[in-house]
Amino acid sequence: MTATLPTASSTAGTSAPTRVCALADLTPELGVAALVDGEQVAIFLLADGSLHCVQNLDPFSGASVLSRGITGSKGDVPTIASPIYKQVFSLLDGTCLVTMDKQPKEGRAADLVVHRVSLDNGDVFIDLAGSA
Amino acid sequence: MTTEHIVVVGGGMVAHRFTEALRARDAEGRYSVEVIAEEPRAPYDRVALTSYFTGRAPEDLQLGDPALWHDPLVTLHRDSRATGVDRDRRIVTVEGGREVAYDHLVLATGSYAWTPPTPGADLPGVFVYRTLDDVAALRGYVEERRATLGRPVRGAVIGGGLLGLEAAGALQGLGAHSTVIQFNDRLMNLQVDAGGGEALKRLIEGMGVAVRCNTATKEIRAGKDGHVGSMAFADGAEQLVDVVVFATGVRPRDELGAAAGLEMGPRGGVVVDDTCLTGDPAVSAIGEVACIQGACIGLIAPGNTMAEIAVDRLLGGESTFPGADTATKLKLLGVDVASFGDAFATTPGALEMVYADPVNGVYKKLVLTDDATTLLGGVLVGDASAYASLRPMVGAQLPGDPAAWILPEGSVEKGEIELPDEAGVCSCNNVSAGSIRGAVNDHECHDLGAVKACTKAGTSCGSCLPLVKKIMATELEKSGIEVSNALCEHFALSRAQLFNAIKVAEVTTFTEVIERFGAGRGCDICKPTVGSILASLYNEHVLAGDRAALQDTNDRVMANMQKDGTYSVVPRVPGGEILPEHLILIGQIAQDFGLYTKITGGQRIDMFGARLEQLPQIWKRLVDAGMESGHAYGKSLRTVKSCVGSTWCRYGVQDSVGLAIALELRYRGLRSPHKLKLGVSGCARECAEARGKDVGVIATDKGWNVYVGGNGGFTPVHAQLLVEDVPDEDVFRVIDRYLMYYIRTADRLQRTAPWQQEHEGGLDEIRRIVVDDSLGLGEELDAHMARHIDSYEDEWKAVLNDPVRLRQFASFVNAPEEPDPTLAYVPQRGQRRPATPEERASAPVLIAPTTLEVRS
Repeated sequence: MTATLPTASSTAGTSAPTRVCALADLTPELGVAALVDGEQVAIFLLADGSLHCVQNLDPFSGASVLSRGITGSKGDVPTIASPIYKQVFSLLDGTCLVTMDKQPKEGRAADLVVHRVSLDNGDVFIDLAGSA
Repeated sequence: MTTEHIVVVGGGMVAHRFTEALRARDAEGRYSVEVIAEEPRAPYDRVALTSYFTGRAPEDLQLGDPALWHDPLVTLHRDSRATGVDRDRRIVTVEGGREVAYDHLVLATGSYAWTPPTPGADLPGVFVYRTLDDVAALRGYVEERRATLGRPVRGAVIGGGLLGLEAAGALQGLGAHSTVIQFNDRLMNLQVDAGGGEALKRLIEGMGVAVRCNTATKEIRAGKDGHVGSMAFADGAEQLVDVVVFATGVRPRDELGAAAGLEMGPRGGVVVDDTCLTGDPAVSAIGEVACIQGACIGLIAPGNTMAEIAVDRLLGGESTFPGADTATKLKLLGVDVASFGDAFATTPGALEMVYADPVNGVYKKLVLTDDATTLLGGVLVGDASAYASLRPMVGAQLPGDPAAWILPEGSVEKGEIELPDEAGVCSCNNVSAGSIRGAVNDHECHDLGAVKACTKAGTSCGSCLPLVKKIMATELEKSGIEVSNALCEHFALSRAQLFNAIKVAEVTTFTEVIERFGAGRGCDICKPTVGSILASLYNEHVLAGDRAALQDTNDRVMANMQKDGTYSVVPRVPGGEILPEHLILIGQIAQDFGLYTKITGGQRIDMFGARLEQLPQIWKRLVDAGMESGHAYGKSLRTVKSCVGSTWCRYGVQDSVGLAIALELRYRGLRSPHKLKLGVSGCARECAEARGKDVGVIATDKGWNVYVGGNGGFTPVHAQLLVEDVPDEDVFRVIDRYLMYYIRTADRLQRTAPWQQEHEGGLDEIRRIVVDDSLGLGEELDAHMARHIDSYEDEWKAVLNDPVRLRQFASFVNAPEEPDPTLAYVPQRGQRRPATPEERASAPVLIAPTTLEVRS
């Protein structure tokens, strides 16, 4: 999901959103990883100011590395490419757009889980329960 | 089905081709093959014999995949000579009396070096030039005589044909003086006309080889010690010589056939029909021993064709010998010579169109029909770049003004050539223009690699590749398939075009680049490419400005990501020379951080399993001790591998370690389209395996030979000679320009080997550009490299000094020191490695990631 700035979130989940960092801690187009309730997520601030959050686990390698991938676009869709085997995923809904002729690791879905990101007073919040 | 037994007598190149083709095509195993070879080794590339003198080992000359000789249906007897054939009993007798029965016999005995009866031809110091043993003996003799005489050896080659000039080059390569003694009025009289011969003589003399034409040798005389000492000529002249090589032609080894009562040709050779069969349907003859269409042919391409025909016939095919293409193109002593078709204008009414430039040593002649439209043949000396396009056009109309093909580039517009389907494009593998078109249109081969794999065109010598590429591109265009050089969906430009665009526009950020020349936001293809171009052009830190987001993760964190998301760290060890204290430090760091260590192929040490947040701590300890980034992660210079060289080695002739260190420090950090590896060997034994590198430097007693375009990896290629016997400063200049020109013009992820092969005009053209400066680019390339060298800084150190960039090395934005909880390891041989999914399931063996507190 994409957060529209500068609206604060209204969560429908069971747990409260977790603050992970200040917006000022993020560099445009460079992802960061965060630990939220023991789970790893990857957060991206794009050049257009939009914020995105997906699982950090790369389903094709089993390594937690997506925050270190390269952001880009495919058509109008903002994307993240895995740094291990270069699969490309949509940052909007987590769909795997390019599989590079590979299968995900056994027991894993090719598409990513997307988490709701929100901004409140210059801080970035992640809501795991608000997954798409 | 019973297996029939084929016996091949002879173990040369044609015997190899026969065996290889038979085993490739006879999938059912109808035939077993037994090869009886006189030489003590498996078939080797006799055409490349002279390269033995430029440091190639005998094994390098081996033909094809050696696995062929381990095929259960193939038996190779080396050091084994056939002495007789009994056609009634179908038996070959081998020296020692052994009898070998055959169902089909293939004579592939080749030729022997013929020497005219000359008094003194049996003296020690007289050689022929035919086998590896011949050239090895020649080399040994020259080296020994030089030591005994204490001065350079004086050599003479009798015979000024192709082989004679090769031999003269070989003598020169061994540091001997050489004189070519030619009976005819010109050099290479079988291939070139008087004008071409004159140009060739001037060029060869320019290389320091003396030439005597119209000279008959009367006698070779012994010196005081009984070895060769002088020669006397029919005109009364004399010359002092220490070694003599006969290169006076070859004669077919037809004695077996003659003794077996097979029909002989008028000038020798076993007579065969167009299917390579002799008068006995159980006996074929192929290669130089076969007298086909009235003559024996001493060239490899027709020999290979005969081998293929014999195989085809045995398997029930219908092919026949199409006539020999005697076209030749070669490089002798660095001089290009080509001759094709009716080179001597013997066709009635033929016209000769000649361009000669004695100043630059160029002679070109086209032979045309009397209406000056149809090409019949030609001779090219000094510049044979038009050969690949012209040879297949023999018998076809040349579009436009034929003069365009021989005049200097650009003086007259060339017509567009459209080859007829039957025109041969690759003579090594007998591939026609039609086959290439078929591959493109019917087999959906839409890039050069696919066409090569499908047709085998260009897979042997590679000289036809530019033409193959052109035919492919024309076909793709015709069928409306766009030949796209576009980088990705965001840039319609190729890497080379984008490089120039960025350079001219002087833009320095990705945002500007994509706004001016692209569309969208970029991707994992174009971003690292632009990052690399910006780094090549401006040489700022890889993480400067908006660059960090452009880099692949390896460049972004300046370490190599491994399968579990941790990194490996490789400090630079220039030339592989390392201080004991640095070895201890690396060991200490690996122990403290629990890293797995392994020696790399590039003579340094790799430490695996470092987590993102540990990298700066590891670098700090390395940098504090005077080490720096080894760029093992970058599309950039990796290592310069070296042997220990003259400082320690008993055989080394130059200081290879010193040069390797100088080269590594010069090019460290240089960003390029793909990784770059260099090597330096201190003598011709080549222990550094430099010819497997992008740039390989090999010591000679006069300086260094520089080889370029070598490659290990998926498609191994040996590097080719760029310049010979140059001093240190020329080594630097030539490599500076070669690398910079490659960086500017290569495609994304295109290594030097394919770049060089696909470059218009191949290595010859690249040599003209980087050595002779034919485009006037030299100064600019030099200045660009000088800028790189001056502005180099260690990337690790720069990050350690920058608190903002250091923040990118946190494991989690909200827990910067917390290790990735998903990492798990198991012990193996005293170190640790990532756990497999099965091992993760049986949790007890796991080692958690090390959280050891590190001394600061």
